[in-house]
Amino acid sequence: MKSSKEILDSEFLDLRSKLLDLAASLDRIDRAEGSIAGDERMQLLAAGIAIIAKDDPDRAHQIQHLFSREFDPQWKQKFNMPTRN
Amino acid sequence: MEAEIQHANQKLATSMYYIDPHIHMVSRTTDDYETLARMGCVAISEPAFWAGYDRGSADGFRDYFVQLTEVEPLRAAAYGIEHFTWLCINAKEAENVQLSRDVLKMIPEFLDCPNVLGIGEIGLNKNTPNESIIFQEHLELAIEYDQQILIHTPHLEDKYQGTRMILDMLADHSQLDRSRVLVDHVEEHTVRAVIDAGYWAGMTLYPVTKCTPARAADIIETVGSERLCVNSAGDWGPSKPTAVPDLIFEMRKRGHREAQIKEVVFDNPRRFFNQSKNFQLSDPEDR
Repeated sequence: MKSSKEILDSEFLDLRSKLLDLAASLDRIDRAEGSIAGDERMQLLAAGIAIIAKDDPDRAHQIQHLFSREFDPQWKQKFNMPTRN
Repeated sequence: MEAEIQHANQKLATSMYYIDPHIHMVSRTTDDYETLARMGCVAISEPAFWAGYDRGSADGFRDYFVQLTEVEPLRAAAYGIEHFTWLCINAKEAENVQLSRDVLKMIPEFLDCPNVLGIGEIGLNKNTPNESIIFQEHLELAIEYDQQILIHTPHLEDKYQGTRMILDMLADHSQLDRSRVLVDHVEEHTVRAVIDAGYWAGMTLYPVTKCTPARAADIIETVGSERLCVNSAGDWGPSKPTAVPDLIFEMRKRGHREAQIKEVVFDNPRRFFNQSKNFQLSDPEDR
């Protein structure tokens, strides 16, 4: 398997391109007419970008949870679902 | 980079055969069957799913089940591909409880068809009470008829919550053999819970809304390849029926051993499907 250096060598340009795509998309939103003030999706995107900037080994896992609805362990009681055996 | 792609291309010249364990060929053209065959696909399994519109009656599902058990196997066979299928009413239409129960009553008529592997793809869509009730009733049907189970987990923001709910409901059935259940469409945040609970897991390679080949390879590298399958879930929406060969290419680029790649794209689905009485597929290497 490849070393960190080898992976960076092979993926650097792809990562650069993805960053540019992300930046250009945000610029496009800013340039357009209308307001998105208070739109929760922009806050989620900002939080996702902050996760990427962190030095953690499980950024993809964290971003998945950021964009996920919470799980309520008591959901069966709320749905009146009987436990079956 | 060029050397890596050249290496992967050279390997592709010695094409690896594979199984696509989840693809909706009723939504694809005959040209796609030919392309799959050219790419090394030797077998597919096609779970019953949402047609893109809600069907009006149980008879609509009867026609669909005939298509899955009689028509698609012939289309596949014309290109040397074995076709298997799974039957159910999908999670989206399960919101209609009466329609679902009418379909559930009809399913046993088809379970002895020679290409039926089990009940699927059942699951949740928006994680509602009605979907949960019909999911439980599908589980009971599968247990009563000793069928394997293929499970759809919800999309995007609903996936984590829905996967946890599904695992809760599965755990209600102590008589269920977990090694005969595959929970599909897992991603980074759901794969471990599924594997750790003893079920099989499937990763779906979708262009935007599920796993890319690179992320699927990452998951294989971090979780391992035991009880893990990969599929294209090619259907009528944005999807790529040849996504499994894309993963083969990605894993070769990274330097994975051929045996490990084959385990994910051929050995694992064959091992899982082999638990169904209707599944027969020899390894092309042994032919």
